[in-house]
Amino acid sequence: MAEPKTKYDRQLRIWGEQGQTALEKASICLLNCGPTGSETLKNLVLGGVGSITVIDGSKVELVNESCVGQSKAKCVCTFLQELNDAVKAKFIEEYPEALVDSNPSFFSQFTLVVATQLTEDSMMKLDKICREANVLLIFARSYGLTGFVRNSVKEHAVIESKPDHFLDDLRLNNPWSELKRFAESIDLKVLDPVAHKHTPYVVILVKMAEEWAKAHGGALPSTRDEKKEFKELLKAGMVAMDEDNYKEAIEASFKVFAPRGISSDLLQIIHDSCSEVDSNSSDFWVMVAALKEFIVNEGGGEAPLEGSIPDMTSSTELYVNLQKIYLAKAEADFLVLQQRVKSILKRIGRDPDSISKAMIKSFCKNARKLKVCRYRLIEDEFSNPAVSELQKYLSDEEYSVAMGFYILLRAVDRFAANYNSFPGQFEGELDEDISRLKTAVVGLLNDLGCNGSTVTEDLINEMCRFGASELHAVAAFIGGIASQEVIKLITKQFVPMVGTFIFNGIDQKSQLLTL
Amino acid sequence: MAESTVHQSRSRDLDKLLLRPGNLVAPTFEPGAQLRDDLQEYARILVVGAGGLGCELLKDLALSGFKNLEVIDMDRIEVTNLNRQFLFRLEDVGKPKAEVAARRVMERVSGVNIVPHFCRIEDKDIDFYRDFIIIVLGLDSVEARSYINAVACGFLEYDSDDKPIEETVKPMVDGGTEGFKGHARVIIPGSTPCFECTIWLFPPQVKFPLCTLAETPRTAAHCIEYAHLIKWDEVHSGKTFDPDDPEHMKWVYTEAVKRAELFGIQGVTYSLTQGVVKNIIPAIASTNAIVSAACTLETLKLVSGCSKTLSNYLTYNGVEGLHIKVTEFVKDKDCLVCGPGVLLELDTSVTLQKFIDMLEEHPKLLLSKASVSHQATNLYMQAPQVLEEMTRSNLNLPLFELMGKVPRDIVHVTGTTSRDDKKASCLRKLCLVFKGADAVTDQDMAVGA
Repeated sequence: MAEPKTKYDRQLRIWGEQGQTALEKASICLLNCGPTGSETLKNLVLGGVGSITVIDGSKVELVNESCVGQSKAKCVCTFLQELNDAVKAKFIEEYPEALVDSNPSFFSQFTLVVATQLTEDSMMKLDKICREANVLLIFARSYGLTGFVRNSVKEHAVIESKPDHFLDDLRLNNPWSELKRFAESIDLKVLDPVAHKHTPYVVILVKMAEEWAKAHGGALPSTRDEKKEFKELLKAGMVAMDEDNYKEAIEASFKVFAPRGISSDLLQIIHDSCSEVDSNSSDFWVMVAALKEFIVNEGGGEAPLEGSIPDMTSSTELYVNLQKIYLAKAEADFLVLQQRVKSILKRIGRDPDSISKAMIKSFCKNARKLKVCRYRLIEDEFSNPAVSELQKYLSDEEYSVAMGFYILLRAVDRFAANYNSFPGQFEGELDEDISRLKTAVVGLLNDLGCNGSTVTEDLINEMCRFGASELHAVAAFIGGIASQEVIKLITKQFVPMVGTFIFNGIDQKSQLLTL
Repeated sequence: MAESTVHQSRSRDLDKLLLRPGNLVAPTFEPGAQLRDDLQEYARILVVGAGGLGCELLKDLALSGFKNLEVIDMDRIEVTNLNRQFLFRLEDVGKPKAEVAARRVMERVSGVNIVPHFCRIEDKDIDFYRDFIIIVLGLDSVEARSYINAVACGFLEYDSDDKPIEETVKPMVDGGTEGFKGHARVIIPGSTPCFECTIWLFPPQVKFPLCTLAETPRTAAHCIEYAHLIKWDEVHSGKTFDPDDPEHMKWVYTEAVKRAELFGIQGVTYSLTQGVVKNIIPAIASTNAIVSAACTLETLKLVSGCSKTLSNYLTYNGVEGLHIKVTEFVKDKDCLVCGPGVLLELDTSVTLQKFIDMLEEHPKLLLSKASVSHQATNLYMQAPQVLEEMTRSNLNLPLFELMGKVPRDIVHVTGTTSRDDKKASCLRKLCLVFKGADAVTDQDMAVGA
């Protein structure tokens, strides 16, 4: 056995040891192991999840002759085990729908359930079971050239959201005293040309902002003319044409102009009712409560400093010193927040040390990037969707096909409940099925309060043509999305999607619908 | 009997799409059993790359009704492939990817034939690529994409109105991933932008200035690159650094640590050293699965017409929520690769040698060490040696005569060109017009008639 670290190298670079440990502790249950289900699980087994349990009551009829007639769950389990012997794989030969009805408590043993190819009725039942048991749930379904993926969990809070592009935390618009002092200690006017072009832009901007504020009654540039003037002043400070640090300063001057304080996203989180904590609150919300106190008190309107700085033109010495100043401030902010966390824990009757130092540190470092995702119960969405959104989607050219598929994916389940087969599933009844499906669509739209809205004839015909087929390429796509969501939910890194993902295999214009 | 039942049931799902008529389909769509059978019997597809995308593509294509596949890849299996390249096992490490991938899929999906090619893409004759109905790309390098793109676009011929000739169009489907992000695109030479038309989508990697590495290092990466690019050569005069030799990598790491300590810089680790030196792109199974599935579906739709096609560039980003976007890029009508060809006017007396020299100086081409072919004939080949010797005598002959005295025709040249200071092999299509040759040809034709 090779060093497991080496095998996972390419993913450790994404979610780190912590993410990997979370995956290795997770137990995943798969309902129905057709193409969609097995494709989902394949990606997770490769990544090294702790254990998988495959549940399917049917016999093999496709894929490989040698297995025909055997339990599908058993065959898929054997294939998946081959991919990674570090994963514990087992199977249960039973129909998921039956299990949902007969043994709801069965599901509480898992970290996450991936439910594939279920119809509406079983989806709603399973959703309630998992919600009650606090088990993560993902629905995935492939249907002809369409399909969907939908996460379901009451609340998913993310500390390490790791966004691609996020403004660095330099505080150029609101420098603290140590940073100001450091900038003051450098006199740009007396420096020799080599030192001048190796002074980091952070220093240049802090000094210039200070000068500006002195001349403008404490205010920073805000109008377009003022900003232009500020940049001209920077330019005038250059002593040679090739000073990259000054070019960087001019480019980064918008960081001086940016409004102080926290983003509206973060404001919403600290004002969430969950930030009024009690003994039942999660660690996340306890830390948010501490953050809220920090922002109004020590933070002076700002969150704890992140503490890292981007690379910039500079001498090594100045850059390393600057790094130390940012790190020291971040450490000081962390200590304050940690103290606040401890006293809140004490106040709500919990062990003051029950949240680890590493956790609080990570929270501080990511405080500006916190995310909270919430999901409605499937039943609520089905019986009481956001009608205004629904109508907006139907009339929006970009969304109408995806919205049409959403309606149709529900309509085919109604159809199946009435006629014991899906529209177009069998040859010979296509025309009749088309008109029956049309009736189901109209009925559904009425029930949803969207009388007068329609789904195009072409799309209804297309849905009948699909005939509940599970195409491998579509299944692999849907399974890929589902497994990526599993990874985000389990590692608690990155941001899971909110809403229902509708796959549009006709022109690939898939959409995420929030209803 | 049992065989045919299984056969039937396997294509049962696909049959619905291929046998039934629909309204949201390509204009060429002719549903029926014939279409399904033709797809299985005659559609030959080449998968370029047997890595993260290639493994998925082979499996998806095999399970989407295609029975004649070929795969080309020059790499051998490494341990770090195993978290996503699901056709490989620990005991396969060191074996050629193409061969193992082909065998595993054939073991699992009966009736599928996959021919592996364990070699560089440049090692194959251009005509090798002509035999496929579609070329699917699962690559991780700009250079390789560029090469295949030029080959496929090289087959394209235009009629006298500069309209692409249908039979010469060789479509490509291309995928790429990085972490939670990826893209899938359809390239129909002559109609949609080719890889080169939108080369700006792949900006060159930013390199650290040498003076930063030598004089003002600030980050761990600067220390690593100093050890890798400067210190290595100072100490090991003449010995080339081999990123795959663990001893070499450890040396760079140790030197980087020393330099970091000297300057008070944090964060040099062995893992980061490997990442910086080898420019490792993080990769996971799920993104590869998503992108390959999109590519397979587009391939199926292009071959069968059973639905509309992606027009023409899909991006996927799963970092923050889920973002899927389709962008319709436009063709660069002056593209050197997929356009009607760079027009060169020549005197009928210009020798092949003179022509090759001209290519090197041509401001748009800057193509050195050129090999030249006209239709299926090699006029001059730089390599292999045996071909070079066979064609060397052509160098002193007028190109006009070598090309059969036609006044205007296409030649293909391969050679090296530099992009972002990096040498790359490239293939260009040139449209040659010989000055004053029209009269000659008219005469020839009159005689012929």
